Amino acid sequence: MMDLSLLDITFYATAAVIIVCSILAVTTGRIVRSATYLLFVLFGTGVIYSMLGYTYLGAVQLMVYAGGIVVLYIFSILLTRSSQTMRYRIGRGRLAAVLAATATGAVLVIFLLASQHFALVAIPQGVELPAREIGHAMIGSDKYQYVLPFEIVSVLLVACMIGAILIARRHK
Amino acid sequence: MELEIHVFHYLVVSTVMLFCGIYGFCTRKNLLAMLISVELMLNASNINFAVFNRYLFPGQLEGHFFSLFGIAIAAAETAVAIAIIINVYRNFNRVLTDDVSHMKG
Repeated sequence: MMDLSLLDITFYATAAVIIVCSILAVTTGRIVRSATYLLFVLFGTGVIYSMLGYTYLGAVQLMVYAGGIVVLYIFSILLTRSSQTMRYRIGRGRLAAVLAATATGAVLVIFLLASQHFALVAIPQGVELPAREIGHAMIGSDKYQYVLPFEIVSVLLVACMIGAILIARRHK
Repeated sequence: MELEIHVFHYLVVSTVMLFCGIYGFCTRKNLLAMLISVELMLNASNINFAVFNRYLFPGQLEGHFFSLFGIAIAAAETAVAIAIIINVYRNFNRVLTDDVSHMKG
């Protein structure tokens, strides 16, 4: 008799959703559906982060990706009328080549993972990483603390937003 | 039968996601659809960072912070890419890879 805990059920359901939706996201012929499947994949990723105990990371994933980036995608899809250009496809020979290459690559990588002993390590799950620890590590300047990357990322974000506004602005 | 969630299960999920992204990046001709595939690949790598951190070095936070900064940089990258794509749309009235081949060499 299989002994399934709630965590196992959650994980396998999430994994199934992620795998199915990521395959559909790259094979569907309609780009709005593709963006919606991407949204489901991002939700699933957030669930996986939370299951690992990184609830803060899961929340960031939901806010930044699912809340911000997908909205940006939907708006730009509608702005550029991308649904009309999805009928342009690559040739059948190239499609077969890409499919063969990616399938071979995926099978090889999964085989490689299955033959490693570290892949069978298991730790007790659901131990939440406290937010206090994350905050101390993010704002501290000692070893294994990350105030410098944090500041650099904020500068990078500002630079990217200014650059994006400059690039997308209508020139007169 | 013992069913525990190992590293392997997480890595299979992220591997499938990564190769879906690669497949989409090579087969799509619409720039936004290609960008969606790039997001899939970035997500797969972020999952790997978090999983390896949790399972192999649970006392440390490097992978966690790498994922965190990866998410922030992915947001910045998406914003710039979408700005460029909107500019391409303004010049060509569509966003296909065939149109933006001037820098192909």
